[in-house]
This record gives sequence, C-alpha cells and structure tokens, in this order.
Amino acid sequence: MRFIFKTRYDQDLRLFKHGGQVFWYSLLGVVLLAAPWWASEYVLSQLHFIGIYSIVGLGLMLLVGFTGQISLGHAAFLAVGAYTETLLQAAGWPFWLTLPSAALLSAAVGIVVGLPALRLKGIYLAIATLAFGAIVEEIMARWESLTGGNSGKHVKHVELFGMKLDGDADLYYLILALTAISCVALANLLRSPTGRAFVAIRDSEISASCMGVNLAKYKTMSFAISAALTGIGGALYAHKVTFISPEQFTLLVSIELVTIVILGGVGSLHGAVFGAAFVIVLPQLIALAKDYLPSGVAGASGLQATVFGLVLIGFIIFEPMGLYGRWLKIRTWFELFPFYRKGMFRRQKTYMKSERLR
Amino acid sequence: MTQLLQLLLAGIAQGCVYALVALGFVLIYKATETVNFAQGDLMMLGAFFALTGATVLGLPYWLVIIFAVAVMAVVGMLIERIVLRPVLGHPAFTVVMITIGAGYVMRGVVTMIPGWGTETYALATPFAEGVLRVGGVVVGVQQLAVIGHTALLCLALYLFFRFTRVGIAMQATSQNQLAAYYMGIPVRRINMLIWGLSAGIATIGGILLAPATFVHSNMGFIGLKAFPAAVVGGFGSVPGAIAGGLIIGVVEALSGFYLPEGFKDVAAYVVVLLVLMVRPSGIFGETARKKV
Repeated sequence: MRFIFKTRYDQDLRLFKHGGQVFWYSLLGVVLLAAPWWASEYVLSQLHFIGIYSIVGLGLMLLVGFTGQISLGHAAFLAVGAYTETLLQAAGWPFWLTLPSAALLSAAVGIVVGLPALRLKGIYLAIATLAFGAIVEEIMARWESLTGGNSGKHVKHVELFGMKLDGDADLYYLILALTAISCVALANLLRSPTGRAFVAIRDSEISASCMGVNLAKYKTMSFAISAALTGIGGALYAHKVTFISPEQFTLLVSIELVTIVILGGVGSLHGAVFGAAFVIVLPQLIALAKDYLPSGVAGASGLQATVFGLVLIGFIIFEPMGLYGRWLKIRTWFELFPFYRKGMFRRQKTYMKSERLR
Repeated sequence: MTQLLQLLLAGIAQGCVYALVALGFVLIYKATETVNFAQGDLMMLGAFFALTGATVLGLPYWLVIIFAVAVMAVVGMLIERIVLRPVLGHPAFTVVMITIGAGYVMRGVVTMIPGWGTETYALATPFAEGVLRVGGVVVGVQQLAVIGHTALLCLALYLFFRFTRVGIAMQATSQNQLAAYYMGIPVRRINMLIWGLSAGIATIGGILLAPATFVHSNMGFIGLKAFPAAVVGGFGSVPGAIAGGLIIGVVEALSGFYLPEGFKDVAAYVVVLLVLMVRPSGIFGETARKKV
C-alpha cells in the first residue's frame, strides 16, 4: 500500500499522483506506440476500433458517469460526426479543418438536444434522446441528396498536411494521438471547477444549484463536450470503415455505446477505455468459443446478443462498478496482501429512492 | 370523410397494441420505478408461446391466449425474482440497463430454440381477413377484434385494480412503497406479481399484433414505439398509457397518409418530443417538486 504524504496543495491537483503512475502510463504509451511492430494486421485493426470506441466512451462517460444525464441517442452524434467528416472531405476541405468541424457541428447538435434536457429528468430524458436518435437516423436515410440515403457513402483516406494516411499504421497513430489527447483533456477538465460542477450536478442538482452551479449552463456544456467527442469518434469511424450508411447509427448502436460506460464502470475515465476494449473483444471471444458449443447454440444468430445480455446483467448484479471496479479490487488485493478482506468493497445497503419527487 | 374515418380506425387499432405494451411499462414503473426496456421483448416471447400453443399443442384460439398469458406471467415473475430483485434500490439508469440486457437475452435465446428461430410465422386467428361495410367505410374484422380485446382487457384491469384485494395492494404499493410495507403488504411479492401481470398484458398485445406483423424474433422492437406512447400519456398513469397509445397510433396512421414517406416511422418520436417540450412529465403525469 502506498501512502502519499501530501505537503503542498498542488499535490492534490497533479495529474499523476506518484512516480509509479508515471512509470506505468509511460510503459503503456511505449507499448501502444510500438503496436505496429508487435501487432498483426488483425490486432491492429481491433486496436483502431478500441481507440475510436474509447473516444466515444469518454464522451459518453462525461455525460452519463460524471454529469448524471442519460443519453440513449448518442449514435446520432456519431452519425453527425461521420457524415460531416465525409461530406466536407468530399468537398475538398483538409483534414485539420474537417475534424474540428465534425466536432463543432456535433457539439452544436448536442446543445440543441441539451436544451430540453434542462427540464427533463431521468427516464424522460432517456426517451427524449432516444426519440432524437430515431429522428436523426430517419433524416439520414431520407435526405438522399446529401447523405446518399440507405445506399451509403464511401469515405476517402485521411490526408494530413500533404501526407496520405492510407496505411493501417498511419491511421493507428492518428487514432492513438486523438485518444490520448481526449483522455488527458477529460482528466484535466474533471479536476477543474467545470468538472467539479458536473460531478456536483450528478450527485444532487439541488445542492449543486445551492452551491452556485448554473445548472442550465453546465448541463448544456456537458452535452456539448460529450457530443463533440462522439463526433470526433464518428469522424474517425468513417475513415476506419471507409463506408457509412444509416444502418450503422441505429438505436442498437446507442445502446452499445451506453454499455461501454456501464461495463467499464460508471464514473471513471479508465472505465471508458476498459469498456471500449471489452465491447470490441467480446465478439471475438464469442467467435472463439463457438467451436466448443453445441451446434444448435453456436449456429444461432442470436448467440452474440444472448452473451452480451448475460454479461450486462452479470456485471450489473455482481460488479456494479464495472471492469474498473474489478481492477481496483484486484489491485487492492495485491497491495494489501495478505490482509485483503472480503467486505472491503461491500456496497452500502441501498434503499429504493423515489425519483418521482425530485 | 370515409377515408379519414378509415384511417382513424386503423390508427386506433394499431394504437391499441401500443397502448397494451405501454400499459405494461406503466404498471411496472408505477409499482417499482423500474423502466422496463424489455417490455417489447416480453411481447415477442408471448407471441412465440402463443404460436407454440396453437401449432405444437393444437389448442383453440381462446385457450392459446390463456396458455400464453399464463406461461408469460411465470416468465415475468422469474425475471423479476432473478434479475431485478438483486438490483432493487440501485440508480434508475442501472436498472434500465439491466432490463435492456434481459431484452437482449430474450431476443437471442428465441433464435436458439428449435421451431422458433429467426423465421417469420403466421399466427392463425378466428377473425380472418373478413371486412364489414358500414356506410362506405370498410372495417376489417381484425381491427375490430383488436379494439374489442383491448377494451375488454382495460375493463378487466379496472375491475381488478378497483375491487380485488391484490389489485388494491398493488395500487397501495405503487403510491407509497414504504407505507404499503407498514400496512403489512408483502411489497416484494406484489412487485413480482406486477411483473407477471405486465408480462401477461404484453403477451395479449403480442397476440393481437401477430396478424399484422407476423411472429418473428424482432417484433419486440415495436416496444420502442410504445415507449413514446407511455411517455406522452405520462409515465406512471394508467389512463395516460391508453390515451398515449391511441394518440401515437392515430398520428402515425394519419401522417403515413397525408405526409411524405418517412414521416410515419418517426411520427411517434416527433410527438413525444413536442409533448415533452410543453409538459416535461407527459399529459397525465404527476408534477411534483421535492421540498428540501
């Protein structure tokens, strides 16, 4: 167990709490930077997706995990980002302009969605965002002159300052850089007064407003930042899959994005990355496990949905803090060995709190 | 004029199905404050059980309904016992996610069961394709049957909640769980029964929907349309769910005819957004503020 004896106030604000963290994060950075050398083409492609989903997961984590607002329509922001990127690129804009445009347009849409969120709570907000997602999906399918409708649109490779990023490794470095920037940016945001305001809103809106937090401003801001990150994720997604159509941005995708947050662990940035990795790796594990299952089960088209649902249920019942919570427990076990007790992370007994009167 | 009447009738018939699914949402929400995203999938499962009852067991239509409702009531209660009870008291969003998980499992398991799978089946009903002509308006017997069944079910539910011991206990639980507990009402058992009840209602919705959309593993997605219905009426209001379902059904039918293609699919969502902008807790929703 490591005890940090704090002697100065700025030790509370540091991004890295101690040298160990610097070491491990640097090691992770080196391993990831070297990925094109050690990873096969297939693994590298999975790393692309993990990076993209991490960015989206981070955006959603800010909204769901830190501001406490529910969104079941995030696929819409993903779509706005992807289509903006595709269309602007087709119009000849350079990448360093299209990516910020995708983020800004998503943020603008996020503000539009966030405005009703000021009045809506809990499940009503979930429905409003769900409705918004469904409407955006339909618009994409019908506005054929712009989006190409259901037949979809092809996306060209990224061109950055005259370099054509058409190899797997090039795109990988782009995604890795953006993922790292998003992580650090969010970590910074969350230790700033803005981030504290988000967390205050999550824990209690009434006490937050009593402490002088402007609810309207910060909720809208949270929606905007979350949407912007999701938009960036969408733009990268478009470049990764090189073909986009409305079916890629359905409600089921929105739900999948939320499961990233839930499985990773609500309220932790690590969780968003863990969750993204898990959601990408799970289908591969299922494909591997197929050989050992009876043919009636293995051949069924619903196998993946079943496993996905069971995992979701299992996590919520047995590990509500998600993968990050499990990691915390494992780490504590090693740090305290042999004094880890079973009840250390036992949840406080919870009672049903009515949400009707809030 | 006749065209309008005909559209209205079709809309009401479709709205009845939405209303039944929405009713399931509302009952569960009122009692346990859980929003059950798996309601549409319960409906789908119910329709499959009805299919099994009709084809494998060879039961007549009325027995099929009773059989499917009974089986689904047990399934609903089991889901409450196994999946929902361990997370009682968790944040609402967590519970929503667990019901989404349950929905995934149901949708997936259906494809694994021999005889169900991913194919589309037709469920035979005694009200075939017959039509009645009333002063120029062509009325499908099927539509009348749907409306009639829904009306009967609503009456039965009204009587159940008004006059039976269990029904009144359910009302008490949904109004104030703690007070109900103090009055000696077994709240957990009541919650379980409510899950059974709403699974049964969803099953009837599924059986009524089956002639229109056939029985297949993705028919549960109609639950996503019933959601707006429940919200339009105000989550937590039983008459609201019926009214919301009918509103959504009628708006959908009218927009499918008078507005350009594509509006029909999103009509429900546009309506719900408009209603939420004006009244953030639905038309019949309770508006209460927490006092500090």
